[in-house]
Amino acid sequence: MPLLDVDHLTIDIPTEGGLLHAVNDVSFTLERGETLAIVGESGSGKSLTSLALMDLLPSKAIRRARSLRFDGIDLQAASERDKENLRGDRMAMIFQEPMTSLNPAYTIGDQLAEALRRHRKVDRKTARDRAVHLLERVGITAAASRLGQYPHQLSGGLRQRVMIAMGLMCEPDLIIADEPTTALDVTIQAQILKLLRDLQQEFGMALILVTHDLGVVARVATKVAVMYAGRLVETGPVEAVFGAPSHPYTRGLLRAIPVPGRTRPGEPLGTIPGQVPSLVGPLSGCSFRNRCDHAQDACASEIPDRTVTPGHRMACILDPVQTWAEAPALALDDRRPQ
Amino acid sequence: MTIPVLELKDVTKTYAIRQGIFRPPATLTAVGGVSLTVARGEVHALVGESGSGKSTLARMLLGLIAPTSGEIRIDGVPIAMTNRREVARRIQPVFQDPYSSLNPRKTVADLIALPLVAHRIGSAKDRQKRVAAMLDAVGLPRRMIDAYPGQMSGGQRQRVAIARALVMQPDVLICDEPTSALDVSVQAQILNLLMDLKREFGLTYFFISHNLAVVEHLADRVAVMYLGRIVEERSREALFERASHPYSKALLDCVLTPDPTLGMPDAAITGAFPNPIAPPPGCTFHPRCPRATDHCRVAAPPPVPLADGFATCHLAT
Amino acid sequence: MTSVSASGAAPLDDVPLRRSPLARMAKRALRHPGFMAGTVVLAVLLLCSLAAPLITAYDPYAQDISRRLLPPVWQAKGTWEHWLGTDKLGRDYFARLLYGGRISLLIGVATVLVSGTIGTALGVAAGFFGGRVDLVIGYIINVRLALPVVLVALAAAALVGSSLNTVIIVLGLLLWDRFAVVARSATQQIAGADFVAAARSIGCSTRLIVLSEVLPNILNPLIVIATLEMAHAILLEAALSFLGLGVQPPLPSWGLMIAEGKQFMFFSPWVITVPGVALVALVLAINLLGDGLRDVTAPENRS
Repeated sequence: MPLLDVDHLTIDIPTEGGLLHAVNDVSFTLERGETLAIVGESGSGKSLTSLALMDLLPSKAIRRARSLRFDGIDLQAASERDKENLRGDRMAMIFQEPMTSLNPAYTIGDQLAEALRRHRKVDRKTARDRAVHLLERVGITAAASRLGQYPHQLSGGLRQRVMIAMGLMCEPDLIIADEPTTALDVTIQAQILKLLRDLQQEFGMALILVTHDLGVVARVATKVAVMYAGRLVETGPVEAVFGAPSHPYTRGLLRAIPVPGRTRPGEPLGTIPGQVPSLVGPLSGCSFRNRCDHAQDACASEIPDRTVTPGHRMACILDPVQTWAEAPALALDDRRPQ
Repeated sequence: MTIPVLELKDVTKTYAIRQGIFRPPATLTAVGGVSLTVARGEVHALVGESGSGKSTLARMLLGLIAPTSGEIRIDGVPIAMTNRREVARRIQPVFQDPYSSLNPRKTVADLIALPLVAHRIGSAKDRQKRVAAMLDAVGLPRRMIDAYPGQMSGGQRQRVAIARALVMQPDVLICDEPTSALDVSVQAQILNLLMDLKREFGLTYFFISHNLAVVEHLADRVAVMYLGRIVEERSREALFERASHPYSKALLDCVLTPDPTLGMPDAAITGAFPNPIAPPPGCTFHPRCPRATDHCRVAAPPPVPLADGFATCHLAT
Repeated sequence: MTSVSASGAAPLDDVPLRRSPLARMAKRALRHPGFMAGTVVLAVLLLCSLAAPLITAYDPYAQDISRRLLPPVWQAKGTWEHWLGTDKLGRDYFARLLYGGRISLLIGVATVLVSGTIGTALGVAAGFFGGRVDLVIGYIINVRLALPVVLVALAAAALVGSSLNTVIIVLGLLLWDRFAVVARSATQQIAGADFVAAARSIGCSTRLIVLSEVLPNILNPLIVIATLEMAHAILLEAALSFLGLGVQPPLPSWGLMIAEGKQFMFFSPWVITVPGVALVALVLAINLLGDGLRDVTAPENRS
């Protein structure tokens, strides 16, 4: 039994113009020790998908799923109390902007201890010791003296480390990190990502990383799920997806980013013409077809979920073999940065 | 030797920071002794982390703030001796966030024509023609001419911002993180557009970014900034193949290419950005430098000339 | 909520642009009951006042001592001839009410023009230039806030002599504080925006930046304040006139009508209820409109 089983997750949001189909039939599973990267552009539904797992969706959003199970617990049937007990204890979330997710009125120490004391019956001393231990573990020096500080007294990188430490207080089974390093500098980003990956391996947790950065995905994740316009268009082990990107959208994304050593300086980057379609009102067929080079009449009808190689699936009518041949030489060959 | 289009000589900007009533104000050196030359037609990139002084430097180039000391020259003429309107004709900005850099109350036509209005150029009809030509140049359909920014996507807005910057036919564009607020696929479109426009109009770009992959893609020369100072300035090839300064190397190590076989890089530098009000003595990078020696802790390194540029490091060769 | 924000984007070529901000605002306005009610009532009052000579044939100043204090039509001795009755001098009450509406609206609009200009100028200057300018203007605002409006207005009217012009000028000079406070904070926000920096680096003069970049973006909250202050001014005028130091007889001001009727109110209560109801309706309508405007325009500012 997988730790997390998401089967046909759908999120609709009522808007003035009609029903917005923000997430459509997204399915994936996650085991302990795995890192799943959900990658996509704004409007792809990647953040909503992660919020749906934590039951943190905006109140007017409508969540449906054939199955939504965390360690065997049916999240759809669970009571509010059960979900509160899961959140922060067995599932933790790390947000993009640590300044707004830390309470400015309380010290770091209070907030860290609160995370533990809400779920476990431990005394202050134990909570404090664990807070110090974890702050040290996330690479914060003079951890004991930081406990009395307020969030605004810390730099962005330190705040994000505190957020990670807070997420780890109860030794969760699953951590969901939504763009955890987007607001940070590149050197800090590298440190934080490495830290997340090390901790994940050490504690045997499952990690969901929501990001738009393909570089981060490739370096940190074991599995990747590419989302476009609310749908999962391609998913699989990270080597398989980056080695043989099969969906035209995945390929478009990979062609669009400059990569030192692979793209030639000054040459035009690949682009994806057009824009994301409106997700309001009834949808049918492949949502990428209005921007796709390979679009055919058949793309307007239901798109089958196809297996490229075991574990590597995509939602496209094109033959995986055919798309393999067309995939540009990516990453696994030629000039690799030293 | 031709005169560089942009020349900075020992440009410094300091701010007095009050630390309470009884303590004397401290000095924050946002930009310290920056000297650079930007040749016509090149893309000169400036990279560095937040707080490194990149944006302060950009604001000085745009004439929005004056340097405390030092000189900025455009085509050999000091900015201090030129009035701001003249500077504005030559140097134009493209900002990071197209959501806040466009006045939400104005139509696309009014936004792009604003520089012409400000400089009283052309009749209403001429302006309309130039606006239309600019829309074509940046790849926006003409029917958007009466649209408001709120009706457009991020990429379209950034195109409007670029059109506004180009309508005066400036020599230099100061691009401050022009794509970091955009989606990946839109970023590619804007980068391609910038490259095309550079060829078409013979522009010079001063390109500020923290994304080294983007810098590698379009820069000719790269300056690396740390704590208000240029620590290395090289041609693109030299920097990306044989960076000299440990900080440049660390930045390069942190570029995450989408290659799943590589894994996470070992962070060569640790710790965080020092307090700019009380910078470390000696080389300001020494607390984070893996190769720092006792000498680095006391003596500030001079710029060491290298083939294709310089590096401010005792260990540079 | 990235998913929600970007979903409105449509393919570049085949789908038209999103509706313009104005069109979206109009749609929200039509769905706002308070806004619509306020607009309708205000429009009716405005039209009636402006078209007073067309609606009633009576001269609001014409006295007819033989027909004093006639009751309105719904009372026992009422006639359709003077359907709202007559006052103590036998003047037609409906005519006085219509012409009095002109005075109230004139005072509201004129006062707001004066106070809005003063307050906006001070607030924008304080917010835009900051530093010492802000300090000085902040001090002026504080001084103004320390003055009790009614007392100062009474004193001024007593000193200069009360008249319509005095009321407008005195109220205009006193009611600018909210404009200044709102304009100042709104300007501070706008002045930090990138598009102001862009305008500077384009070479725009300070005047052009203030007029074309800052003002249009702080207009919405100021319009809301203007409606609320208009209601405020109308009420203050009524209060001053009631106290005898506002508009002077024989001008038909609603406040004055209430004052003149107060000696008869125990036996002929309608002499104060009629202008009182009119006053309440007008002020309520303006306030509903103002609150509605805030709701209707606010989402545009957030996006």
